Amino acid sequence: MRGRVSRLTVLAFVAPAVLSLALVGIAPLLFAGWTSLHFYNLTKLRRVAFIGLENYQTVLGDEVFWQAVGRTLFLLGTALPIQIAFGLGVAIILHRPGLNLLKTLTRLSLVLPMATTYAVVGLLGQVMFNQKFGVINQLLPGPGINWIGDPQNAFIMIIFWDVWQWTPFVALVLLAGLTMVPGEVEEAARLETKSWWTILRHVQLPFLIPGLVAVLILRTADTLKLFDMVFTLTRGGPGAATEFVSLMIQRVGFRAFDQGLASAQAIILLIITIILAQIYIRIFYKEV
Amino acid sequence: MSPRPMRSPKLPPAQHKRPPLIWETVILVAIIIVCVFPFYWMVTTSLKTHIVALEAPPAWIFEPTFNNYSEALFKDGVLRTLFNSLIIAICTTCLALILGIPAAFALARFEFRGKKDLWFWFITNRMVSPIVLALPFFLIAKNLGLLDRHITLILIYLTFNLPIVIWIVTDQIRGIPFELDEAARLEGASQFTIMTRICLPLAMPGVAVSAIFSFIFSWNELMFGLILTRNDAKTAPAMAVSFMEGYNLPYGKIMATSTLIVIPVLIFALLASRHLVRGLTMGAVK
Repeated sequence: MRGRVSRLTVLAFVAPAVLSLALVGIAPLLFAGWTSLHFYNLTKLRRVAFIGLENYQTVLGDEVFWQAVGRTLFLLGTALPIQIAFGLGVAIILHRPGLNLLKTLTRLSLVLPMATTYAVVGLLGQVMFNQKFGVINQLLPGPGINWIGDPQNAFIMIIFWDVWQWTPFVALVLLAGLTMVPGEVEEAARLETKSWWTILRHVQLPFLIPGLVAVLILRTADTLKLFDMVFTLTRGGPGAATEFVSLMIQRVGFRAFDQGLASAQAIILLIITIILAQIYIRIFYKEV
Repeated sequence: MSPRPMRSPKLPPAQHKRPPLIWETVILVAIIIVCVFPFYWMVTTSLKTHIVALEAPPAWIFEPTFNNYSEALFKDGVLRTLFNSLIIAICTTCLALILGIPAAFALARFEFRGKKDLWFWFITNRMVSPIVLALPFFLIAKNLGLLDRHITLILIYLTFNLPIVIWIVTDQIRGIPFELDEAARLEGASQFTIMTRICLPLAMPGVAVSAIFSFIFSWNELMFGLILTRNDAKTAPAMAVSFMEGYNLPYGKIMATSTLIVIPVLIFALLASRHLVRGLTMGAVK
């Protein structure tokens, strides 16, 4: 039979990757599990003590933690629909025939935002959204808006940059889906109806579904991971207005030095991620 | 249904009922401007003196200076952090390729129990939030005296590089006809020889793309760099962030550093632009 090899051969090929990923990916997790069961404060290392599930109890009953989770999901719920709407629009325009040179240029410039270092996006945000000498306030009519210092505006600004950076990604994914539609099918549909909506809904949508699911999976994972851009732009502020779950864990662990509590939060975040990832992956990724 | 008039066959269907091209042109140009403008602003701000950078409203026309670059690179040590980032990104990419290619070969070519679970596990690593690993990794590194060392970042970046390499290369090897392997088997080649002599050369495009991705992700990473380094192994993004202290921020210098960080990745991304979507979706979208 094809691909039948001895156990030893399989092991020889797979073991290096598995062992190294276990070393950097699983061993730390086990250690985090251990830390989460202890009182473990970096400033009081002499008082490390086993406290059982107390940290988990604290986290599960902690409003601030669940607010950060809620805020993260709210960001996903606002930014993702905008990205999909804009992305679909851009994809449909790029898919139309004609203006080839300009479209190639557009496609190349779409690549730029998503490759940009997240931290640099945050720094750019600081410069462009500055109340006094920022270019955004210069271009907008009316008095200068306080973007970074106002809770609501800061959140809008985060949404703006997330949309700026990831709409191109959605657009290119959906464009890839549109090009999968067989030319004859689309031509035939165009002879039947002139409504682009009907064509989108009945002809193109089936080809867009895999891309949309991939976008959903990856944007969910990336939003739960979101740290760099927000850290450089607002550090979670003002107050806790933009403190998403990863930033919060970082604050508890490295600015309040409570590693035990932060580890418990991290483990709970990991469980949330694994549940979401398993649901998503099993729905989407098919056979190996 | 009302009868439709016959169309003249000479007219290509695409020409029917299109909004005028002028609108399409306007929209496309607007998209390009929105994508590119922040970079324009980054570069121009980096060429402003400290005083011009703090003008309100901001100046669009000014005399450019390269002082921010020379100061950031040579006085503040950005050059060294760029070098650190480069070493770390190259090493972690090479390591991910060395470890990942055999695993990808096995996943593509061998049948074995637990293959599917193994593959799920590799992919799931892409989903895990880095902060989950950063906490314990910090404590372990601290206890082992590995803080502020290049090797620490090189190893931890494997958590996202290895899955990327394994996915893309597995996908690429699966596209190579199995008959080539079988022919080589008949000649008495070992599986290792088949991998290195037959599959690897043919899978080179995938290997190159996964290497570019691995490099970009490592080069762009901030959080681990921030938490696990201080001076000696400080990465460029961590350096850019460390300018953000105090009231009178040196915006020109921050933007100069940002420009230096971003330019290499943009070049790489444009080189790999045809594969970017495939790589970012881990092959879910071709």
